[in-house]
Amino acid sequence: MSGNIDRIKEIARGLLETEKVDVVIGFKKGTLPVMSEPTIIRKASDTETLIWDATCRLNLCNYLTGRKDRIGIIAKGCDARNIVGHIVENKIKRDQLVIIGVPCTGMADKKALSDLVGGEVTAYAEAGDQITVKGPAGEKTVSRSEVLQSNCRSCIKRNPVIFDEMAGEPVEELVLENRFADVEKIEAMDAGAKWGYFEELLSGCTRCYACKNACPLCYCPTCFVDESRPQWVGKGTDPIDIRTYHFLRAFHCAGRCTDCGACEAACPMDIKMRAFTRKGVKDCVEKYGWETGMKEGVRPPLDTFKTDDPEAFIR
Amino acid sequence: MEHMGIEKGRLHYSWISSAESTKFVEVVKEVTDAAKAAGPNTNFVKRYMKEAE
Repeated sequence: MSGNIDRIKEIARGLLETEKVDVVIGFKKGTLPVMSEPTIIRKASDTETLIWDATCRLNLCNYLTGRKDRIGIIAKGCDARNIVGHIVENKIKRDQLVIIGVPCTGMADKKALSDLVGGEVTAYAEAGDQITVKGPAGEKTVSRSEVLQSNCRSCIKRNPVIFDEMAGEPVEELVLENRFADVEKIEAMDAGAKWGYFEELLSGCTRCYACKNACPLCYCPTCFVDESRPQWVGKGTDPIDIRTYHFLRAFHCAGRCTDCGACEAACPMDIKMRAFTRKGVKDCVEKYGWETGMKEGVRPPLDTFKTDDPEAFIR
Repeated sequence: MEHMGIEKGRLHYSWISSAESTKFVEVVKEVTDAAKAAGPNTNFVKRYMKEAE
């Protein structure tokens, strides 16, 4: 996949040189080896700093919200789905965008990589489908499919749904036996066990809000957690406040989440908070036949009313 | 909510028109009975309050 980078740079340079766009949003090398940084470039010469590899986990759609200029954006499958969502939610106009689509074969999980080398990764290299990492326990080479993020294992759209330029040949979509096995496992528990499961899951949370900052859906000018009149939720690290935050965030993402995994990728404590949002994804598929961001111009299920909407929960 | 560990019967949804007074009474009865049956919700108590007990 990193092989697409030359084509990405070429398209980005072309767009900036011909002044078709004001900025290009992409990834550059981060200060740490496995943490690529989102970057916004304005000069054609800066396109040399662009990179594309299995560490470009974050969702670039996050940086589109409310921009007024013309933007070139590099989009993998999930980013493109979020861009569709942004257009539907009036956060950006389609004609402002030049989308550089990149077929994606999945991103490498940062925890899986550090586990491989028994600590902090000090060097990262990619050659074709092979990833080589160095760390305290020496050098290890693995194939990308062994260290994929869990959301990439259950990905339904690796190729961008909308794009203006394509930076590579489309890749084969995954054939999934049971996308929601993880959700079903939690559904099978009783109430007490579920409560305990999430208690354990969130035990490391420090409320740093990296998850909501990385999330393209979390674009409210003032998040409910920051409001103080009224104050919806306590601001400390009381377990119940932490839980309320994650509860509510999951509800706000229902029917909008593309399961891009940016929240988990950004989490410094490796909390798998997709356990919350995945339920919303599953319910929308089962109850409304809805997959977020797969088609332009369709409003999400929680935004529309149909006479045959399921209403078994209401009396 | 149930998925996240809230017990069944703690959360109720209903749509009652202002003209449906009998339905309103029925629903209120049901909800209060269900709430009493479920007992106090100790899960949503803050840590400092638990410690004070």
